[in-house]
Amino acid sequence: MNEEMQFVAFTLGNEEYAVDILSVQEIIRSADITRVPKAPDYVRGVSNLRGNIIPIIDSHLRLNLPSKNDSSGINRIIVFRLEDSTIGMTVDSVTEVLSLDPENIEVPQVMSNIDKHFIKGIGKIDERLLIILDLQNLLEICLYQKKE
Amino acid sequence: MDMTQYLDLFLEEAAEHLQSFNQNLLILENNPERLDLLDEIFRSIHTLKGMSATMGYESIAQLTHQMENLLDKLRERKIILNMTIINCLFKTADFLDNMVDCVRSGETVNLSVDELKAELNSLEKGEVLLKPETRDINRSNDVYNDTEINEFESNVFIEAAKKGLSTWKLVVKIEQGCVMKGVRAFMVFRNIESIGEVIKSIPSVQDIEDEKFQQDITLYIVTESEKGVIENQIDAISEVKLETLVEIEIPKQEELGSIIETKTEKQTALATDAINAQDKKHRIHQTVRVDIGRLDILMSLVGELVINKTRLEQIHETKEMSGLNDTIEQINRITTDLQTVVQNVRMVPIEQVFNRFPRMVRDLAKDLGKEVNLILEGKETELDRTVIDEIGDPLLHLIRNSIDHGLESAQERLKAQKNAEGMLKLSAKQEGNQVVIAVEDDGRGIDAERIRKKALDVGLVTETQLAGMDEMSIMNLIFEAGFSTAQNITDVSGRGVGLDVVRSKIYSLSGQVFIETKKGQGTRIVIKLPLTLAIIQALLVKVQNEIFAIPLANIDETTSLEKQQIKYVQEQPVMVLRGKILPLVFLKEILAVPGEEAGADMYVIVVRKGEQQIGLIAEELIGQQEIVINSLGKLLTGISGLAGASILGDGRVSLILDIATLF
Repeated sequence: MNEEMQFVAFTLGNEEYAVDILSVQEIIRSADITRVPKAPDYVRGVSNLRGNIIPIIDSHLRLNLPSKNDSSGINRIIVFRLEDSTIGMTVDSVTEVLSLDPENIEVPQVMSNIDKHFIKGIGKIDERLLIILDLQNLLEICLYQKKE
Repeated sequence: MDMTQYLDLFLEEAAEHLQSFNQNLLILENNPERLDLLDEIFRSIHTLKGMSATMGYESIAQLTHQMENLLDKLRERKIILNMTIINCLFKTADFLDNMVDCVRSGETVNLSVDELKAELNSLEKGEVLLKPETRDINRSNDVYNDTEINEFESNVFIEAAKKGLSTWKLVVKIEQGCVMKGVRAFMVFRNIESIGEVIKSIPSVQDIEDEKFQQDITLYIVTESEKGVIENQIDAISEVKLETLVEIEIPKQEELGSIIETKTEKQTALATDAINAQDKKHRIHQTVRVDIGRLDILMSLVGELVINKTRLEQIHETKEMSGLNDTIEQINRITTDLQTVVQNVRMVPIEQVFNRFPRMVRDLAKDLGKEVNLILEGKETELDRTVIDEIGDPLLHLIRNSIDHGLESAQERLKAQKNAEGMLKLSAKQEGNQVVIAVEDDGRGIDAERIRKKALDVGLVTETQLAGMDEMSIMNLIFEAGFSTAQNITDVSGRGVGLDVVRSKIYSLSGQVFIETKKGQGTRIVIKLPLTLAIIQALLVKVQNEIFAIPLANIDETTSLEKQQIKYVQEQPVMVLRGKILPLVFLKEILAVPGEEAGADMYVIVVRKGEQQIGLIAEELIGQQEIVINSLGKLLTGISGLAGASILGDGRVSLILDIATLF
């Protein structure tokens, strides 16, 4: 029996993305973000999440998508919990929670503008295509790149 | 039965017992007549035995049992305490320490205790032991022959042999009456290095440079050249004679191979183990023992807080605003009290760190053949738990430095009309909001001339900079990165971990470190640390729309400034403050704050970084406030200039500037 996996789907620009629901801690409305000087450019800043300070990553910049410069564009922040760190990522809008059969997930082909390490696969539901992000890589490479 | 819940307790108590064991044994060593201490020592070991047996750590139990037997005999005066016994007991304690570490890191304790047990056993029976040293001498017939060669070096030789290089030992003699021995020696080195590599020289390179050697230099070199080539290289130098030149035989490839392999395998295994162990260690919860009285106070404060919460709810319902002020005042008082109590709970006496040192100093002094009298002062001084955990290593480093470089040998001291026994004082005391820790010795001190020279050599400062520096600032150059060079290497200190590491650690704890030294009279290194790290007083300043916090501990004063008062010296903005020139830094620029150029009115915050003063320019001062320091998280740690972040009253996050690394 194939076990269905659950994903949180969200949009960035015209594309639809999805992440494994198990790594999502919560979804919050845009919060006050304090800019951090000298931080990597894809880090939007830090924010106060109920007394904890968490870094916020700009998904557009992180994924090399055309950036939306106006900060009003942040509608939602998905808060991820990875091992012992909590990290937020801005998204344009969160659409739904959906289930996918592993059969309907394809291994990615070569992509031009997105680093393929960031992509776990492409999910298909009817006519919709969902880019499933590899959070481990997406966020951990942040940690890793910082060290260099 | 599941023992994991008792594991933390076991680890903590085992560490405590071993510590007191070490401590008492140390006192006993210095006062052999105090046999009453044996009771204490016996008790520690007995408890440890009981605990480990209960927890199922058989090997620890066995070893402690054997120790107990020995100690028992000592108590009953059946055998007389001597150095061998004490040394053996110390060794066993170290071994036990390792075993407890194994338990802590979650490994199975598989260290073999048989050897130690046998040793203890024979001591107990009053037999004379074969000392390990004798074994070393027996072994000295084979390859790793010369006592001058340590294990690392012999490994190098073996590696070289594997690559087909040969190892030579040569003794060169510089002619009597040669005026510039150092230069000749240097030429020997240069010529040898053109054909091979010098692995070891006796005396050391440093000593040769300082011309601190007689006529002979012994060199161990690895080269692919033939005997004749080496001879030619030496003969080419006048006033230098080649005394002996022998090839060092390295055992046959095959058997060697296996030796090396098992060895390296073991080493890598050990290394990975160590890494794993460290990983695991971090997961053990840090615990603090808390005085029950403090907990009672906490409880009653929380009780009051709850009462006031109810009152607030009432006020909300009845809209009776008159009571509000009163309640807010109450809550204000309670939170302040809570903060002090919780801070106190986090405070630990520095004794915990200090207690590690007597044993270490003893061992080190023995190794180096020096006599050291360690004085500990102010052990009861309390510091934040986090600081206590971090301060151990820097202190250790400083102490090693003092014993190795600072204190002279007994003969040298007698010649300088000092006590044969060197004094090493470690003291701690509280001064206002800071704790001052000092490491002081009465050794040879540091020669300012040498520091000057070295600083110029390694290009740390220029001649003109140096000329403008006073004695104190020159001394503090030794904390700069890159100051410690490989030439200082001895067994004990100077092994690449320089004083700059000490300083950066202290800086990361928001502390400061200074050095005072008098040639021939001693050195004193002073570390100043804030009492607590979690909550600090800070000044909030505004740059454009962003708010930053500057720790009050770094601030000397603030003053207002008009734009036309800013002068430029070689494009560096400065201002004149009470007749002194103060360099200025625009926070807006250094923090890359977006927005318009600042208006005409601004504020200068005079901060202190070490001995240096600098004026930071902000547009607005918001005020002084107590802030709680939060870390920026894994992703953003290590950004220079930022010490962390804090959540302000309105829920916004403000970044805390780290003056030490800001500019």
